[in-house]
Amino acid sequence: MSRDELIIEAQGIFKSYKMGLAEVRVLKGADIAVKKGEFVAIVGASGSGKSTLLHILGALDRPDKGIVKFENQPLSEMSGGRLNRYRNKMVGFVFQFYHLLDELNVMENVILPAMVPAGVIGWLSKRGNVKKRGKELLEAVGLAERAVHKPYQLSGGERQRAAIARALINEPTLLLADEPTGNLDSVTGNGILELLEKLNRAGQTIVMVTHDERIARRAGRTVTLADGKVK
Amino acid sequence: MYKLILAFRYLYKRRASYFAAAAVALCVFIVVVVMTVMTGLVGEFKKKNYNFTGDCVVGTESLVGFPYYEDFEKILRGVDFVEAVSPVINSYAFVSAGDSQQGVGLEIIGIDPNLHGRATGFGEMIYYHQNDTSHVFEPAGDKNLPGCVVAIDLWAQRDSQGEYFYDPTPEATPISITCFPLTARGALAKAGTGLVNTKTFYFSDSFQSGLARVDGSVVFLPFDEAQLLCGMKEPISRVSRLHIKFKPGINLEDGCLKVGKLWEQFSDKNQGKPDGILLADVKVQSWKQNRREFIAAMEKEQVMLTAMFVLVGLTTVFIIFVVFYMIVSHKTKDIGILKSVGASGVDVVTLFLGFSAMLGVAGSAVGVAAGLLFLRNINTIEKLLFEKFGFQLWDRTLYAIGDIPSRLDLTMVAIVVCCAVLACLAGAILPSVRAAGERPVETLQVSQL
Repeated sequence: MSRDELIIEAQGIFKSYKMGLAEVRVLKGADIAVKKGEFVAIVGASGSGKSTLLHILGALDRPDKGIVKFENQPLSEMSGGRLNRYRNKMVGFVFQFYHLLDELNVMENVILPAMVPAGVIGWLSKRGNVKKRGKELLEAVGLAERAVHKPYQLSGGERQRAAIARALINEPTLLLADEPTGNLDSVTGNGILELLEKLNRAGQTIVMVTHDERIARRAGRTVTLADGKVK
Repeated sequence: MYKLILAFRYLYKRRASYFAAAAVALCVFIVVVVMTVMTGLVGEFKKKNYNFTGDCVVGTESLVGFPYYEDFEKILRGVDFVEAVSPVINSYAFVSAGDSQQGVGLEIIGIDPNLHGRATGFGEMIYYHQNDTSHVFEPAGDKNLPGCVVAIDLWAQRDSQGEYFYDPTPEATPISITCFPLTARGALAKAGTGLVNTKTFYFSDSFQSGLARVDGSVVFLPFDEAQLLCGMKEPISRVSRLHIKFKPGINLEDGCLKVGKLWEQFSDKNQGKPDGILLADVKVQSWKQNRREFIAAMEKEQVMLTAMFVLVGLTTVFIIFVVFYMIVSHKTKDIGILKSVGASGVDVVTLFLGFSAMLGVAGSAVGVAAGLLFLRNINTIEKLLFEKFGFQLWDRTLYAIGDIPSRLDLTMVAIVVCCAVLACLAGAILPSVRAAGERPVETLQVSQL
């Protein structure tokens, strides 16, 4: 695998958590590398550290030890501001529990990442284009009619599709999905996987965490995490 | 932009926000109402004291007064910053009215009504000859009889609303005034059976200063008569005070300073003359200094009230802090979501501070509006409470006030609103900074293994 083709690469990642007085070592030297356009599934038993690894890849958490490089740039060398921009522009997150803001409607949730870096004037100048893209994404995920609804008015599958649209609004290089079907029934979950597959076919790089081998098989490549390491 | 939208939505979608805004509104309401009433009362009290005194007073507290006042009057009338000067006799006397043989000890003030009307607000304070001071000592019926002006509380009764019962055709009731005339050295001027000077005057008008102590203990007499009664006419004429009014545009402190310098020169020049030693006790004071013992008490009350409101402010800060701590605690997921899409810690702080500022502005707006409404109707409400339940905030038979002051001071309102918004920001800053410092993964509660 050529280094130039890699989008993200994690080497020798260690991470432990304090659980009361005890220290639980979750990752014990995990490595992963993802190429542009790949659809990678990270699988493992519950508690194997797959979500922790995904959070470290997305700069939501820091490793105790090890290096994460995004397009050959180590995340550890990035300033707080650059890490914010990384989370805003380079990666899009899809969470198991959707994590939409209850106070905003579907459209506002979708365009939220585009609003974050813009000031009032900046936002007014680009609002038209952003809303247009938001509308296109909602159409793509089949939620065009639900744009003004509040998250609590949507079903689980619809919320997850809204979350995917939000993750894609800034056209991120990498889409990170943490158990995107974990809270959905099989039919709805299948719809979400089809959507991810469609996105991948269109060139979107995706890293997905799942504990379900059948779901993992839908990805182009599967990485198994066991005992804190990639097998 | 998203911070503005979210802050606004937090404000009107969260029930806790309504409680916090209500707390702010209540505090602002209380402060605006009480400060308006208190500031109004203090302002009115100062104005009444000013009307009673004029701009500047040259005088002594000694009952024997000071001599050579005519010479100093001439000097004052010759300078360009003085509008009017009124010499005043001030002493104490036994006063009995009508057929009553029982006298009461009261304060007598001898004035030239025209001069005193020009130097002070005397003309506005008399009832039957209002703004016509030249006839104030002319009793109804026989204008040749010696008249006297009696302070209102000595003459008329007040109803529960503070209104006096004025007799439309007042009788020239005889009032006997008995004084102990004093020499320049403070000794009794007479001996034996003729120890006192007594003269009968006739009621010619009543006087209302709005100052409880004055309105309950003063009788005004013609200047010459008072001077004779007090033994201050001979051998060298003396007075107790000179009340001075400055010309418009003259700064009070500057004017008093100039009078003080003139007095210093005058006193130095005349101290060697007979009874000139009395000039050393004379003080030159602005009306504020002269009425200090009365004004200071009220100002102190105002300061104490302000201090109490600082405590109210601190309570508000604490309430806001608690409410914000709760709101932020319930919003940790939102903070995690915002951070996961690239919001910085500063963005999170700005969002919650914006929310608290909105809450402060909304609460203050409600508080000011409610305060304005309450103040507009405060007298009607008090009247209603009195009629229905017999409750009166200020007993008008005790306090020399008419209506409860209700004029809103916009500067005070602006200060109160600013303080309320700052209190909200102060209460929100700690929870906001705490929220901003949390790692996204913690706030999303996704640290499951």
